[in-house]
Amino acid sequence: MNLLNLVLALPLAGFLLLLVLPREREEAIRRLALGASAITFLLSLGLALGYRRAGEAGFQFVTDASWISQPAIRYHVGLDGLSLWLVLLTTLLTPIGILVSWRSISRRVKEFYALFLLLEFGLVGVFAALDLVLFYVFWEVSLVPMYFLIGVWGHERRIYAAVKFFLFTMAGSVLMLAAIIYLYTYAGTFDYTELLSLGASGGLHFGRREGLLLFWGFFLAFAIKVPLFPLHTWLPDAHVEAPTAGSVMLASVMLKMGCYGLLRFSLPLFPQASRDCAPWIVGLAIIGIIYGALVALVQPNMKKLVAYTSVSHLGFVVLGIFSFTPLGLDGAVYQMINHGISTGALFILVGYLYERRHSLEIAAYGGAATPAPNLAAVFMITALASAGLPTLNNFVGEYLVLQGAAQANFRWAVLAATGVILAAGYMLWLYQRVFFGEAREEVKAQVYDLRKREWVAMLPLVALMIWLGTASETFLPAIRQTNAWILERTRTDVEVRVELRRSPVEVTR
Amino acid sequence: MTAAGFAPAAVEWLRLLPEILLVAAGTAVLVLEGVTGGRAGRQLGRLSLAALAGALLAAVAASRSPGPAFSGMVAADGFATFFRVVVIAAGGLVVMFSGPYLRRESAERGEYYALLLYSTAGQCLMASAAELMVLFIALETSSIASYVLAGYLRSDRRANEAAVKYFLLGSFATAFLLYGVALIYGATGSTWLGEIRRELSGGLGAPGALVGAAAALIFVGFAFKVSAAPFQIWAPDVYQGAPAPVAAFLSAGPKAAAFAGLLRVYLTAFQPISGQWEDIVWVSALATMIIGNFAALLQSNLKRLLAYSSIAHAGYVMVAVAAHSSVGAAAAMFYLAAYVFMNVGAFAVVSYFARQGERYVNVEDLAGLGWRQPATAALLSIFLLSLIGVPLTGGFFGKFYVFKAALEAKLVWLTVLGLLNSAVAAYYYLRVIVVMYMQEPGAATADLPAPGGALKATLWASAVATLALGIFPSAVLEFAAAAAVGR
Repeated sequence: MNLLNLVLALPLAGFLLLLVLPREREEAIRRLALGASAITFLLSLGLALGYRRAGEAGFQFVTDASWISQPAIRYHVGLDGLSLWLVLLTTLLTPIGILVSWRSISRRVKEFYALFLLLEFGLVGVFAALDLVLFYVFWEVSLVPMYFLIGVWGHERRIYAAVKFFLFTMAGSVLMLAAIIYLYTYAGTFDYTELLSLGASGGLHFGRREGLLLFWGFFLAFAIKVPLFPLHTWLPDAHVEAPTAGSVMLASVMLKMGCYGLLRFSLPLFPQASRDCAPWIVGLAIIGIIYGALVALVQPNMKKLVAYTSVSHLGFVVLGIFSFTPLGLDGAVYQMINHGISTGALFILVGYLYERRHSLEIAAYGGAATPAPNLAAVFMITALASAGLPTLNNFVGEYLVLQGAAQANFRWAVLAATGVILAAGYMLWLYQRVFFGEAREEVKAQVYDLRKREWVAMLPLVALMIWLGTASETFLPAIRQTNAWILERTRTDVEVRVELRRSPVEVTR
Repeated sequence: MTAAGFAPAAVEWLRLLPEILLVAAGTAVLVLEGVTGGRAGRQLGRLSLAALAGALLAAVAASRSPGPAFSGMVAADGFATFFRVVVIAAGGLVVMFSGPYLRRESAERGEYYALLLYSTAGQCLMASAAELMVLFIALETSSIASYVLAGYLRSDRRANEAAVKYFLLGSFATAFLLYGVALIYGATGSTWLGEIRRELSGGLGAPGALVGAAAALIFVGFAFKVSAAPFQIWAPDVYQGAPAPVAAFLSAGPKAAAFAGLLRVYLTAFQPISGQWEDIVWVSALATMIIGNFAALLQSNLKRLLAYSSIAHAGYVMVAVAAHSSVGAAAAMFYLAAYVFMNVGAFAVVSYFARQGERYVNVEDLAGLGWRQPATAALLSIFLLSLIGVPLTGGFFGKFYVFKAALEAKLVWLTVLGLLNSAVAAYYYLRVIVVMYMQEPGAATADLPAPGGALKATLWASAVATLALGIFPSAVLEFAAAAAVGR
């Protein structure tokens, strides 16, 4: 059996198994969930090892089986250099999320872990699907468990946040569904690879206007998920109200669904429309970078602060994608992984602090490094990674994005670079206020250092921050291979390409 | 028309067997009710269920030898089979969970089941009618029985109000339909759908204004029955006032059957003049979706909420009708099949939860159901997610096929607006889920007894059907595509 199918099937099997387990056996439920997700992760390592980096770009670990005959909707899954790392990110963060929830989720344990595994199933499916309807199915399937995770196990305003999250995503995704079906009426297929070859051979006959409509149908769904300014308003609510593991999955993986969709579908399927709209989208991305950073700077609430840093960081990803340069795209994908690791880690650490002090307000802390030196050290590494310190992961991605953006338009890079400066500001200021200074009595009494299970959850992430920051060649070849292929597809014609080097704004207008 | 004259051949009886069986069983139930002195309600319920199962088999048997019957007034084709199965299944599910409800209200008597069987027989006949008078009689059979069912709890004033409202408005609607039939007879000299089509496509003699008026009047009649705008006003009051199982019944079978009639009439007889009615259906579809969904946002009563939701769903099916193609017809058929199961399932939970005298029918009453009765709440969640249109449920593929048909007919704006509508709809269905899972258990869930066997069976059957249509829709869709009327 294909390894990818196993990686998909295992979380689903775990979900079904948990459903039939009696709810009293909480410890067994936790162990089963952890076991299922850990095995899934180990199997997915096999995907990374078995992935051929040399040669032509293309999908590997492909399964293509009929699901629905008329209209043909296929169970078509496969991985390329883009989706491979995102699947790994998902399978890595799921067991970590389960470890983090081990003690902090004490009510309705069975449902929590069942939904968590269902979430993993949906997320892996989103990245693996190569049929547009299958993609949509997974897209929505991942939405439902997250809705419950926020709404049932979240903080005070959880219901508002959960409903807002669901409705925002739903509004975008129904438009995507309309676009998927509309595309079908032109192409007669939902299959991604068939659509690509149709597009390459000039078999997709829609005019510029239809192309734009289709592009926007997909784009809005992705932009909401990324989230791109000004569609980001659901994000702070959802992140703040979600339980720690929910925030981790939301920030680390679910936001990548949007970026992934842009790279997988928007660019290759609608190259012309993508280029036409690029200046506007880049403008919004840069606004998002600066706006997110500025808002993060003044947040009194730690979780909200981290949430706004996501708006800023994801702006970099969109900027890189719509710079249409190899470096920009590589940086964007690299940054997707980086953000998953470092923001996931930040949310976990904030969650640790919350478990100790039962407050998310920065003002409730101060001097926490005294009672918890190890926690402070790990937080320091993570904060520096998030701020883009060289030798840590975010630096590589941000540098590539800025370099790519500079090649496209130097002004973009200048504006976006302010985001990096601000990042250092908000992260270090946060760190200073929480960990330095005189430790208060309550902080001393309540904040304890990292426990064993907490170490286990954090160590892989810290290791990856360093690995991604120092040995980018482990990850980049597969990414480069796929990105080169995506860029090849977005070259609408040679003339545009030549002119693009000179002045992209004039051409794309 | 067949040449058999007045003596129908054996195969013609077979082609009408489901209806015959249902009417015979209904009459038997009535007689037995009298004979046993009203003490055998429970047994009569079982008998009715057996009769419905028999009718289901008969429908399948009839589909083995498809063709016209009784001088071509009835057509036992794939289209008829599809809807017969759907309405009989809906009737069966309602009978299954009616028993506990009626016993709780001390009102389990044979006449309830007899009426339900008669109504189902009428619905089956609507699906198979190939002639307008038969269609009218079928519609009346179904309707009159359901008017009585709406007011079945005689001592309940809300139910009485519901029945009177339903009866008065329903009578007007059928009068409109009959008026339309008369006009079309005047214009074309026939009430046979096939002949009307021939007359209209020939373009000989049939006066355009008369035909247009007839098509419009008949549409009014059907629009009322499916609760499509602007003739949807009765639905919330009637669903709220009628006993919960009856509301479930009204929202399922009669609606599906009326759509069967609508599809058959408009996609066969009136297909040649589709240019004249397409815009009307377009407007009605959009208005129905918008009214249903936005009004449902404001409801605190579960039955009213589901009533507006069922209006909205009629709007989605109307979108498929507006596509006026066989793809659209197949999509409508699939949608209705999915809709019947998810909607009856949701109503079954309401009927269980309401308890004696329907005390608990507000959304807020469900608070904490998710933790008090996890299985029931989970099943209700499946129905609600299906009503939203989340993938892996029948509701998703229903919407998918409907809007695919609409886009293939180039109804781009109707599709976009319809899909945005379904995003709006997510809000009120989610609200129910929010209350069940995200609010602390309240008084209404405190003394809730566990659901009985009959109810469990109904819920599981509906849920399995909903999920099956969402995960393996191929077989049903292929059948619908092969059986669909229209080009």
